[in-house]
Amino acid sequence: MADSQTASLEPITAADGTPLKKKLAQALFRSRVRAVSLVVPLFAFVMASFVIPILALMWQGVYNDRFSSHMPNLTERLTMWDGLTEPNEKMYEALVADLKTARADRTIGRAATRVNQEFPGTRSLFTSTARKAKKLKPPFKESVIKANKKWNNIEVWQAMKITSQDLTPGFYATALDGRYTVDQGFVRQDENRQIYVKLFWRTMLISATVMGLCLLLGYPVAYLLATLPLRASNLLMIMVLLPFWTSLLVRTTAWIAILQSQGVINDLMVFVGITADDARFSLIYNMTGTIIAMTHILLPFMILPLYSVMKTIPPSYMRAARSLGATPTMAFIKVYMPQTIPGIGAGGLLVFILAIGYYITPALVGGQDGQLISNMIAYHMQKSLNWSLAAALGGILLAGVLVLYWAYDKVIGIDNMKLG
Amino acid sequence: MAKLPPYTSTGEYIWHYVYRSICGLIFLFLIMPIIVVLPLSFNVEPYFSFTKGMLNFDPTAYSLRWYEDILRNGMKAPDAPFDWAWLADTWNNGQWIRAIRNSFFIGICATLLSTALGTLAAIGLSRSEMPYRRLVMSILISPMIVPLIITAAGMFYFYSQVHLSQTYLGVIMAHAVLGTPFVIITVTATLVGFDKSLVRASQSLGAGAVTTFRKVQMPLIIPGVISGGLFAFITSFDEVVAVLFLASPEQRTIPRQMWSGIREQISPTILAVATLLVILSIILLTVLELLRRRSERLRGITSS
Repeated sequence: MADSQTASLEPITAADGTPLKKKLAQALFRSRVRAVSLVVPLFAFVMASFVIPILALMWQGVYNDRFSSHMPNLTERLTMWDGLTEPNEKMYEALVADLKTARADRTIGRAATRVNQEFPGTRSLFTSTARKAKKLKPPFKESVIKANKKWNNIEVWQAMKITSQDLTPGFYATALDGRYTVDQGFVRQDENRQIYVKLFWRTMLISATVMGLCLLLGYPVAYLLATLPLRASNLLMIMVLLPFWTSLLVRTTAWIAILQSQGVINDLMVFVGITADDARFSLIYNMTGTIIAMTHILLPFMILPLYSVMKTIPPSYMRAARSLGATPTMAFIKVYMPQTIPGIGAGGLLVFILAIGYYITPALVGGQDGQLISNMIAYHMQKSLNWSLAAALGGILLAGVLVLYWAYDKVIGIDNMKLG
Repeated sequence: MAKLPPYTSTGEYIWHYVYRSICGLIFLFLIMPIIVVLPLSFNVEPYFSFTKGMLNFDPTAYSLRWYEDILRNGMKAPDAPFDWAWLADTWNNGQWIRAIRNSFFIGICATLLSTALGTLAAIGLSRSEMPYRRLVMSILISPMIVPLIITAAGMFYFYSQVHLSQTYLGVIMAHAVLGTPFVIITVTATLVGFDKSLVRASQSLGAGAVTTFRKVQMPLIIPGVISGGLFAFITSFDEVVAVLFLASPEQRTIPRQMWSGIREQISPTILAVATLLVILSIILLTVLELLRRRSERLRGITSS
């Protein structure tokens, strides 16, 4: 009796004398280290080649030192200035000094472009004054204004003050059709210059339309595939998987061949007599083209999750509902459809997430009004070279996508994502 | 088709056939682009549309000229007699040939990288001891979800600072990252059905960790690894946004060449290339289906 009591008080030990608890902790720790060390290589690779580049770009959306690095003296003066009073002689002196060095270093274009982003029309003001900067004599205020009257406009100085701040909410303000000003904070952009919010809405609208169309077309097909005998459904499945595996550009090219005004659909319509030869439908290079091509491309992403959910629903439920007196429609709506909601959620979210960031198809078949926000980001990255604005637009898009991704993970779980 | 139960009402009969026709139309919508591309690529005229001759099945309305153009485009002496010098010319100078070579080179390198890293990570992630499993998994899957334009713009911005843009390495890294989520998803799916006691059995019989992995685990998950690899390959093979941002003309891939083909000089050569790509995807799809069957057989699930 006493023996067993003392034995139970003493910790149980492993063969080498260490307590079992400690031994277990060691073993667990080792297996955890092993699991982590398997994941670390890929994690490091994804961090270095994917996450950090995106974060670096996003940082550009709030941080831009183009102006301050090329106009250091003026930046110092502008920081001290309250932004409302008349610019003083010291500031003009700094301006001339910086313009001189910037012209000598050939960096004046960069600083001027930066201010131009904030206050359009000022680029030439900078470059022309920089050309004359050498000849300007004190008092600088008078001679600078004499060189170009626009310097007398306080808004130019306010724009410079804004741009001289490295850390700025200005690009996000622009991306949301606003402006960040010295005196009033955020103000809305003029009516005719509001383009981005409208574009965001259009992107959402097109994505929602594509999602709806995918559901409308995908649901019956998935139901057919799930209810047919396996042999037949496997054969039909090829028709879903083949487009899924075919190159995106091939499919987009094909849609151009089909939808263009001399294309298959229009030829058919003219042949049947639905439309006259000189009144062919314009189905491509507009929003219609974008929606048709995107629906086609994203349809498999809707069908596959729907199919995998529907396959698990036993057909006996429907039969039971029928035998209890439900009409076929009633049984389908009340019994079958509720069980497919996980599939609808998974497919719908996936299609929406993929559609909202689509770039290639709208760029090729979208024309003017079929462009999405991605195309605007590409424009600012490659054409206008306003990378900070591209980063701000991208930041808003990314935030939206990440929220949807989070929702997808919560509702469906990324482990349950299936391919093919 | 005709096996409707005898108690079916007239309304249900009609609905049954209406429903089948609707599904038929949707399948037509799905497959139509592929059907249309095939005959158009044999068009003798430089148009994207069917000519009268093609519709009348006139043999002279069909030709292989656009397939020849894949070889000839960009050659120094396309009309020289067909011999070794001609072949060398097309191999070195042919624009499309160059794109095809680039696509395969970049695709294979990216696939090897993403399959190796992705498989290891998937094995680690499938272990229950893995800390922060869900968070890590969602980060590793995110390249599939983040809009490509943001990925490409970020890489363009960052890689050009570390001198990786306009190099093969940069493009390969970008494509490898974009391919890893597919590898992780497919390998994880195979590991879900993996019987852990097999590992313990192997270890109790004296096999070390490496032998267990090679002889027991690997043969069972290899179908998942290969199909993940195929997904990664097709992702790289089809990717154009990152190439648009990161690649110089030297690294032009097939999709990049098609992109400029569509935007600048529409010629049915694109359709010929498209047809070849469709054939490639049919081959890949077949391989994938065979793998799926093998995997099912290995786990003792027979398809009825």
